[in-house]
Formats: sequence, structure tokens, C-alpha cells
Amino acid sequence: MSLFKIFDIAGSAVQAQSMRLNTTASNLANAESAVGPDGQPYRARHVTFAAKMIDPADPSAGTGVRVTGVVEDTTAARKLLDPKNPLADSEGYVTMSNVNVIEEMVNMISASRSYQNNIEIMNTSKNLLLKTLQLGS
Amino acid sequence: MLPALQQMLDFQTTALKLRAERQSVLASNIANADTPNYKARDFDFRTALESATGSATASAAPVATDPRHMTPKGSLAPTLLRYRVPQQMSIDGNSVELDGETAQISANTVRYEASLRFLNGQIKTILSAIQGQ
Repeated sequence: MSLFKIFDIAGSAVQAQSMRLNTTASNLANAESAVGPDGQPYRARHVTFAAKMIDPADPSAGTGVRVTGVVEDTTAARKLLDPKNPLADSEGYVTMSNVNVIEEMVNMISASRSYQNNIEIMNTSKNLLLKTLQLGS
Repeated sequence: MLPALQQMLDFQTTALKLRAERQSVLASNIANADTPNYKARDFDFRTALESATGSATASAAPVATDPRHMTPKGSLAPTLLRYRVPQQMSIDGNSVELDGETAQISANTVRYEASLRFLNGQIKTILSAIQGQ
């Protein structure tokens, strides 16, 4: 029954989007962090999405999403002039994280909208299935 | 008598199956709205229904000419599934247009419910004929 497959498809998307929200939360929380747990400046993390493989035995079925990995942002870290900070280098600059707060906010809105969309799809399919169950009554 | 009753329900059942299939294809488009290089897919319901009920002039279903050919599962012939031509392409190669997909899925939902209602009506007709009331 293909309506049941929708729960897998939309469910995988919800999972992927919540993972994206998770990394966004971590990035925003550490936007002002000077050092990460490894002593290096915190680097923004981004998830990468890929469509799931199409089942060759059932090519007409839809495909879900999978998270292929979490990549670290390689843009240069932000330098903040703060000579009084104990973490400052010899020139008085503190190396901050490379999180772009605006980018993260946009990411957050996009992820939450996609999440809502997929929940909506699941709700619709659930209603259709429930109505189909009542067939003939 | 019974096969005749079944035939009466066959058309709407096929339509319902294809509507569910289309719902799943559209759901996967929306699920992959943020996936780079994903191409939105859809099928024409009319041709799919024609080929499923056998009323099409030329069947769109693939022909197995070798015993090793796989027969696809599902009621939909895979050749019917096409890539959507986007009005504006995203820079990441994704061709899902969320507004269009949402509109399509709402329309498909309503049509699924319509098929369901027709089927329900036919079942009620048969039931009242059996009960003779």
C-alpha cells in the first residue's frame, strides 16, 4: 500500500530536517564560542542531504531523504580584537568561531518550514488511510 | 453475479491505487525539497489510468522479451514516471517547486477522497441490492 510508504518517505525527511535543526542549534549556540573542546576554534557544522536509492524492483515508489554526513565549514575563523582576553594572540586578536549567524537563521527557518511541510503530508496521508479503513461502513 | 459486482468496483479501485501511488511520488518530491540534485518526478494520471485499465490505444507498459527481465511491482508502469520540467531551477540542481507540489498534493488528496466516495457509493448500492430493502 503506497500510502503507508509516505510515512517512511516523510518520516525520513522529518528526521533529516530535525538533524539539520540540531546542527543549526549547535552552530547558533557556539556562535560566540572562542574555543571548542579540542582547543581549536569552533567550526560551523552543516548536514548534507541525498535522496535515498530507488528500489529497482519498485521504481515507481517515491524516495526518502538520508543524511550523508555532517561537514565542517572551512571558511576562515572570525578574528576579534580583544587584547584583554586571555585567549588573545600576540597581536591581541581572539580567534572566534566561523559561524555566520544570519546564514544559520535562514537555515533554521528553511528547516522548520520543511519539517512542517512533511508533518502536513503525514497528517494528510493518515486521514486518507483512516477514511479508506471506513470504506463500506 | 459476483464477478460482475467485482467489475463494478474495479475501475474506482484502480483509480484509488493510482491516486495513492501519485500521493507517494508527490510526498517524495516534498521530502526531497532540500536535497541537492534531486529531480522532481510525477506522472500523468490520465495515461496511467488508461494503461492500468487497458483502455489505452498503445500500452505504455514495458514488454518483457527475455525471461530474465524483471516485472515491476506496483500498479504503475515505471515508464510513466517522468521528471517534472521546472519553471525555475535551483542553483543546487534541485527541481522541486514547493508551491506547485503542495498544490498538486492537495488536489490529489481531494481526488483520492472523491474516488473513495464513489467507491463507497457503489458498495452501498451493491449492499442495498443484496439486502433488497
